[in-house]
Amino acid sequence: MTGAEHHHHHHHTGQDPAECRRYLESLSDYVDGALSEDLCRELETHMSSCENCRVVVNTLSKTVTLYQQLPSPDIPSDVKQRLYKVLDISPFYEPGSPTADAPSATATE
Amino acid sequence: MSQPENAELVMRLKAGDQAAFAQLVEENASKIYGLALRMMGNETDAEDVLQETFLSAFKAIDQFEERSSLSTWLYRIASNAALMRLRRKEPELVSVDEPVETDDGDLMPRQFFDFCCLPEDYLMRGEAREELARAIEELPPTLRSVFVLRDIEGFSTEETADTLDLSISAVKSRLMRARLKLRERLSVYFSQGPVIAETRSGS
Repeated sequence: MTGAEHHHHHHHTGQDPAECRRYLESLSDYVDGALSEDLCRELETHMSSCENCRVVVNTLSKTVTLYQQLPSPDIPSDVKQRLYKVLDISPFYEPGSPTADAPSATATE
Repeated sequence: MSQPENAELVMRLKAGDQAAFAQLVEENASKIYGLALRMMGNETDAEDVLQETFLSAFKAIDQFEERSSLSTWLYRIASNAALMRLRRKEPELVSVDEPVETDDGDLMPRQFFDFCCLPEDYLMRGEAREELARAIEELPPTLRSVFVLRDIEGFSTEETADTLDLSISAVKSRLMRARLKLRERLSVYFSQGPVIAETRSGS
């Protein structure tokens, strides 16, 4: 980025790839709300005439949201049992409920 | 952060209390396994990282300085363990140094299908969730680790930088590239979905 950029916007043609490219690296900060005010205004001016960049911003933001909503994977009980074994400690029992979470002896295999 | 239970647990851990170690595992194993699975992309490696994390933590508990919470500390150990393992597997993909940030030509978006307003039950159905998981696995590990911590685990930019030993600008740059790559891929995936979904997007 060069320091002093003074661009005035008279573009009515939105989808100029060179123009879009200029903003590409700002889009991620933009969806985080972390873009400087000036750049933010510039980008929004650009987006008002550029359908593609609007879509990219919308879907970029949606991509992040989808991943945030992705349920975290559960730890399989056999993985946990092997962990306790490797660490050579007895599994944790909630005080007062000695049977809670006790590894069930349902022998598989 | 400095809840009394945490301080008490740390004390017991440092004293070598077995039950305290069991509690540490019980409270954190699931989160650490989730992180490891996202970072490694397969269950075998994730389990190795999980075990390595707690083995290292048990060994290093004396060095735990309580500047962070126990779980942040564990995340840090786990991230490092995962990165080490990825480095061994794909040395060319995980450089310790900041990568030469050239050639962003491939980052220029090519897909403009606006999937953002498709119905949630369509976007998050089982098959789509699997696609989301596969898409992360295909990211280069340097981008994946940043994306997983920042966008999935919800770390701040600073925490991510600290955990992965990167500069703030490297975190931002990698996050940007990871997000753009994922967006591109999801656009292709969702654009191939049933068109019927679009007509239901009402609100």
